[in-house]
Amino acid sequence: MATEDQIIDEVTSGEYKYGFTSNIDQEFAPIGLNEDTIRFISAKKNEPEWMLNWRLKAFENWQAMAEPNWANVKYPKVDYQSISYYAAPKKKEGPKSMDEVDPELIDTFNKLGIPLEEQKILAGVAVDVVLDSVSVKTTFKEKLAEAGVIFCSISEAIQEHPELVKKYLSAVVPVGDNFFAALNSAVFSDGSFVYIPKNTRCPMELSTYFRINAANTGQFERTLIIADEGAYVSYLEGCTAPMRDENQLHAAVVELVALKDAEIKYSTVQNWYPGDKEGKGGIYNFVTKRGICQGANSKISWTQVETGSAVTWKYPSVLLTGDNSIGEFYSVAVTNNFQQADTGTKMIHIGKNTTSRIVSKGISAGKSQNSYRGLVKVMNRADNAKNYSQCDSLLIGDKCGAHTFPYLEVDNQSANIEHEATTSKIGEDMLFYCNQRGLDDEKATAMIVNGFSKEVLDKLPMEFAVEAKKLLAISLEGSVG
Amino acid sequence: MLSIKNLHASVNGNEILRGVNLEIKPGEVHAIMGPNGSGKSTLASVLAGKDDYEITEGSVTFDSKDLLEFDPEERSREGVFLAFQYPVEIPGVSNTNFMKACLSEQRKHRGLDDLKPHEFLKLIREKAALVELDPKFLHRSVNEGFSGGEKKRNEIFQMAMLEPKLAILDETDSGLDIDALKIVANGVNKLKSPENAFVVITHYQRLLNYIVPDYVHVLYKGQIVKTGDKSLALELEEKGYDWIKDELVNA
Repeated sequence: MATEDQIIDEVTSGEYKYGFTSNIDQEFAPIGLNEDTIRFISAKKNEPEWMLNWRLKAFENWQAMAEPNWANVKYPKVDYQSISYYAAPKKKEGPKSMDEVDPELIDTFNKLGIPLEEQKILAGVAVDVVLDSVSVKTTFKEKLAEAGVIFCSISEAIQEHPELVKKYLSAVVPVGDNFFAALNSAVFSDGSFVYIPKNTRCPMELSTYFRINAANTGQFERTLIIADEGAYVSYLEGCTAPMRDENQLHAAVVELVALKDAEIKYSTVQNWYPGDKEGKGGIYNFVTKRGICQGANSKISWTQVETGSAVTWKYPSVLLTGDNSIGEFYSVAVTNNFQQADTGTKMIHIGKNTTSRIVSKGISAGKSQNSYRGLVKVMNRADNAKNYSQCDSLLIGDKCGAHTFPYLEVDNQSANIEHEATTSKIGEDMLFYCNQRGLDDEKATAMIVNGFSKEVLDKLPMEFAVEAKKLLAISLEGSVG
Repeated sequence: MLSIKNLHASVNGNEILRGVNLEIKPGEVHAIMGPNGSGKSTLASVLAGKDDYEITEGSVTFDSKDLLEFDPEERSREGVFLAFQYPVEIPGVSNTNFMKACLSEQRKHRGLDDLKPHEFLKLIREKAALVELDPKFLHRSVNEGFSGGEKKRNEIFQMAMLEPKLAILDETDSGLDIDALKIVANGVNKLKSPENAFVVITHYQRLLNYIVPDYVHVLYKGQIVKTGDKSLALELEEKGYDWIKDELVNA
C-alpha cells in the first residue's frame, strides 16, 4: 500500500529521535512496539505519569503473553512489530465531491437510507455541514451537562477526571486480562468516557451524530462507561455504514461498570470492511468487552449486530457480582463469503439471585464460518442463579459452517440453567413460497433473516433497528440464487 | 387466459407430465382429480415455476404471454397464485408484514404505489373477515405453530389479499374438517368473478359440493384422460378410477 510505504519512509528516513517530550511534531510513532513506543504515545497525549506507568505495566504483561489460538478462526499471523501504533488524527485528502466517491459505496449508503449530508461526511467529502454537526453537538453537550453527565473522549477524561479514570479503568478488564486487552491497554489512542451520576437517567441515547465521529475512531479504541447508583444510560456504538480502514488489526476494549440499581444498555452495530468476495483483505476485529454489575439490582445489557470484519473475536461479558443483578446478551452475527466470526458471551454469576439471558442468532452464508462460544459460570456462593441461553443458527447455502460451543460451569446446586439451540437452513421451499407470493430471492432472504433475528433487533433503539435491518439484507446480497 | 399445450415435464429424468392439454377461460372453475402419483401437484408446481422440474416439451400461455419464460416471482406478479399443499413456516415474520411486502411487489408490478397504512390495515381486516381468520393470526409469524387447517385458511387469506387472475388450489381440502372446508370454499366463492379463474386440485368430491366446478378433469399418468362436468366427480367418488383405467386399456 502506497501510503504505508510513505509512512515507513517518513519515519525511517526522518530525523526522528524517539523523543519522550510532549512537544513532538511527529504524526506517527515509529513502526514496531517497544517501551519507547508506549512512552511516545503517552507523551504525545500529555498523560500524567500514573497513566504511563499503567500502560507500561500492560505492555510488560503483553510481552509475556501468547496470542490466543483457541478460537475457531484462521488468519495469517499478525506481525505486531510491523504496525505503527500511533497516528495523530489528521485531515485526510478526501474526495472533493460525491462524484469522486466510489459509486458502490454511495449505493450502499442509499440502501441504508443515510441522509446525503451524513454520506458526505462518512465518505470524507469536505462539507460545510460540519457547522451543523457542531451545533448539534453543542446542544447535546448542554443537555448532558445539565444532567451532570460526563461524556467525553477518554483522553480528555484522563486529564479532566483522573479520579474516576484511576478508579475504574481496568477495574473490569485487568491490563493483563488477555493478549489483545493487554495490547490495547499499552497502546490505546482514544475512545469514549461516560459517567452518569447517581439517580440520573441519561437524557438521551448516546448516539446519533456519533455515527459520524465513529468514522474516525482508531485502531485501539478504549471505552469506559460508569453508571453510578440508580443511574441509567443507553449507549450506541458503531455504524451501519461500511467502514473502511487501512489498519487491519482492531483491538478495542470496552468496560462497563454498573453500581447499585444502575442499568447500562450497550448496543453495537459493527460493519468493518469484511474483505472482498475472494476473502482478500478485511479487518481483524479482536475485541474485549466486559461489564460488571457491581451493585445490587444492577443490570447490563449487550446488544450487537455484527456484519463486518474478516475475522471477529468478541465475547461481551457480564460479571454478576451484585445480588439480584441481571446480565443480558443479544447478538446477531452475520458472516458471508470468507468471513469468520467466533463470538458469544460470558456470564459469571457471583452474587445471589442473579439472572442472565443469552440470545444468539448466527447467520452464515457463502463460505463463511460462524461460531457461538459462550460460558455460563455459577460460582459457589451464587445461590439461585438463573440462566437462559438460546443459540440459533441459520445457514444459507451449503458451503458455510455454523458451530456452537456452550460451556457450563456450575458450582452451586440451586442454579437453574436452560439452554436451547437450533440450526435451520433457508431452504428452496421457503424461498419458493416467498417467490410464489411475488418476492424475489433477495427480498425473501432479507425478510427471512430479519424474521430470524427479530428477537435481537427488537432490543436495539428504534432508529438503529431500522438501519440494522437494512444492513442485514445488504450483507447477504448475492448469497442466494 | 391459460392455455397448456402438450406439456411434458420431468424430475430427475422421470417424466411426470406426458402431454397435458388444458384451456381455461376467465370466470371458470376447473377441478383436477386423479389417483395418487398421476401428476396433479407436479402440474401445479410447474405452473408456479418451481425449478425442480424440467420442461421437455410443450407450451403454457398465460394472458398471451409465455408463462414458462418467467421466474416464479414474475408469474406471481402476473397473477398466478398457488395455494400450497404444505405451506411453509417463516419464523419471526408476521403475516401482516409478509402480506405487506408481497402486496407491495404486486402493486409495483402493476405500476401502483404502496397502500397507505390505514388503507392496508382496512384491506387486511376485510380479507381476514372474508375467510373468517381470527385477526390474532395477522400478528403471528407466517404459519408458525398454525394447525393444518389454519395454514390452509391462511393460504386462502393470502389469495384474497393478492387477488390473482388464476388461483391454483393444491389439495387445499386435505386435512380440513367439514367446518373448515366450508369456510375455505366460502372464501373462494366470494372471490370468484368473471375476470378470474380457479384450478382446484383435489382427491375428494366433497370439496366440489361447495366449490362447484365448470369442468372436472381426470389426470392419469401425466395426461388429462377424461373431462366432464361436476357429475364426473360424483361418478369418480362412487366408482373410483379403475373404470377410467379400463376405458383407456380398451380404447
